[in-house]
Amino acid sequence: MASTPESQHRMDRIIFGDNQFFGVNHMSEEKARAQAMRFQDIDAVIAVLNDAYFEGIKTFMCTTHERISSVCDHFRIHQQRYPGYKFYPCMPYAHKYANAAAEHGMLGALRNFLPQENALGALLSGGLSLARKDIEGLAGLLIDAEMKMFAGLDTPVVFLQNVATDFLLGLGFDEAFRIFAAHVRERYGAEPGFITMNAPRLLKKLTLLGIENPIICANINKIDFRMCGGQQAYEEIMTQGRCRLIAMSVFASGAVAPEQALEYVCKYSNIESIVFGASSRRNIAQTVKFIERFDMNR
Amino acid sequence: MLRAGIIGLGKMGLSHLAIANTHPEIRLTAVCDTTNYLLDVLAKYTGVKTYSNYKKMLVEEQLDCVFVATPSKYHVEIVDAALERNLHVFCEKPFGMNPSDGYRLADLAESKGLANQVGYHYRFVAAFNEAKRLLDLDAIGDIHHVRIEAYGPVVLRKTGATWRSKRSEGGGCLFDYACHAIDLVNYVVGRPSSVSGTVLNSVFSSDVDDEVYSTLQFPGGASGQLAANWSDDSYRKMSVKLSMWGTNGRISADRQELQIYVRSLPKRIDSLSVGWNVRYTTELTPPVWFYARGEEYSAQIDHFVQCITNGKGTVSSFRSASDASLVAALMRTDADKFRTPIQIFGNAPGVAPITGKVGEKSRERSLIARLLRGERR
Repeated sequence: MASTPESQHRMDRIIFGDNQFFGVNHMSEEKARAQAMRFQDIDAVIAVLNDAYFEGIKTFMCTTHERISSVCDHFRIHQQRYPGYKFYPCMPYAHKYANAAAEHGMLGALRNFLPQENALGALLSGGLSLARKDIEGLAGLLIDAEMKMFAGLDTPVVFLQNVATDFLLGLGFDEAFRIFAAHVRERYGAEPGFITMNAPRLLKKLTLLGIENPIICANINKIDFRMCGGQQAYEEIMTQGRCRLIAMSVFASGAVAPEQALEYVCKYSNIESIVFGASSRRNIAQTVKFIERFDMNR
Repeated sequence: MLRAGIIGLGKMGLSHLAIANTHPEIRLTAVCDTTNYLLDVLAKYTGVKTYSNYKKMLVEEQLDCVFVATPSKYHVEIVDAALERNLHVFCEKPFGMNPSDGYRLADLAESKGLANQVGYHYRFVAAFNEAKRLLDLDAIGDIHHVRIEAYGPVVLRKTGATWRSKRSEGGGCLFDYACHAIDLVNYVVGRPSSVSGTVLNSVFSSDVDDEVYSTLQFPGGASGQLAANWSDDSYRKMSVKLSMWGTNGRISADRQELQIYVRSLPKRIDSLSVGWNVRYTTELTPPVWFYARGEEYSAQIDHFVQCITNGKGTVSSFRSASDASLVAALMRTDADKFRTPIQIFGNAPGVAPITGKVGEKSRERSLIARLLRGERR
């Protein structure tokens, strides 16, 4: 895999996340709601992305939430303003599927998310996929539907969201990882990435499947918040270099002070990138400054 | 190693499958569902043994325990069959739409010494457990009022294709959603002695309620209010909040955090300050061996395993779950009974008539209006 051209993609050290835009806050529902209100206006989202861009952050890692399509529109129209800008799509946006499954049943939910245009062909294709138990065709259709909003934008890494990754990992549905990796490589020339709360277990599985040196995005923070598998197992993968790690939730939703939080992640040589979300230019600038300072001592 | 089977592979069944499958003390032996394409996919890609008839699975497989996650109306029959074969049982909520069935199954499981648990996962959320701990230590004195709220996006349109939209199959906000809120009150505060003023309204559904409001009375004289609405998509996902007022302050807890205000320092607790104190999920939640969708879903399965191994009773037993069903059933009875509301007549001197959208809707929905049209609940 190391020889494929797409694996040459060098991830930026600092990546901007999107939880703050969608009312996700693991510590306070009130804070989450206040953010959801502020960022209801997509211009407010773009203003923060601009702030991050001016602080030198040129990668946006985002879920395939339907509101992201407006952000994509903006970056498509104004591509010349953002040279080198990259999107890292993370799919699927799980609540969309979970809510639809509760309302329409599982098959109904799947039908909902298959492409609308050329509906007959898509449905037929989806139906045939199920009849032949050929998950591959169906998975391809669903991935393509999620990727549609990013058409024309640079998406060098495409992620499987943690709810999907960890659910498939738990089920032992190994083939799904291979299918996902193959599809994003072949169709989008992108590197597959996997978000997880169980990084040691996932790495073991992906290695067994022959997906070597995978991009794994996992919670890595000083207080071991949602780092399942234990501190020792995490220490090993943070130092050994068997995967390309992106640290997320480094502040543990605000439970760790920024300076301490970043000092902790920056000392691990195998953490290639750090993804964080913030709502103000001041916080973005401060985070960038801390990472640059701690990186000088690496 | 406990040999486990799973019956019913909807959202919760698949979730239990993914979590149980990783548990170091569980060997996932077989699964059962009536959806053949799902069974075929699981068999082909995960290698698990599948059945489309649970009775056949129970006869043919050597199991120690089963997880039951079918639509609610099948719970009693399946749990009965599993207990008959001396299996430890984890069943999804609600546990028996008819509480007497639930209590009978609780008696049966207890008499056989079998572990029995119901998937009321809020009992495993750290912030609610901290609320219970503080309450048990008299942190806020004598409780005089309790408020429980549950909101989220489940039914947002008129059409609904699943069993959740059918009253006869255990659908409806009261039994499928508010039951979580009722169970949480029973767990943290204690079971109410009576309910009154219950309103079951439909927002979009034609056959079931989409919102539940009820007043609770507790044995010690405290009052409570329950509000549940599953047609509220201003919440990203189900959100449950429990607030309690006592003679020495107040506690509010949700999945993310616990806030406690104390007027004076409680005698038995030294970690609080006078005034506001906040504890976050990040510090309260113990780690789990595997995370799929929230620590509580993993923690409840581990608890079930540990109770089987140690022969201890579970914290979310058939009996406690039947208590939740009992309170829900009381609410339904209360909502159905004839009431004589104290009305404000529009022609009373100086009182303006009710106008506006809410006025229209209230009149439309009032019990008397429905009775006048010859409708029955």
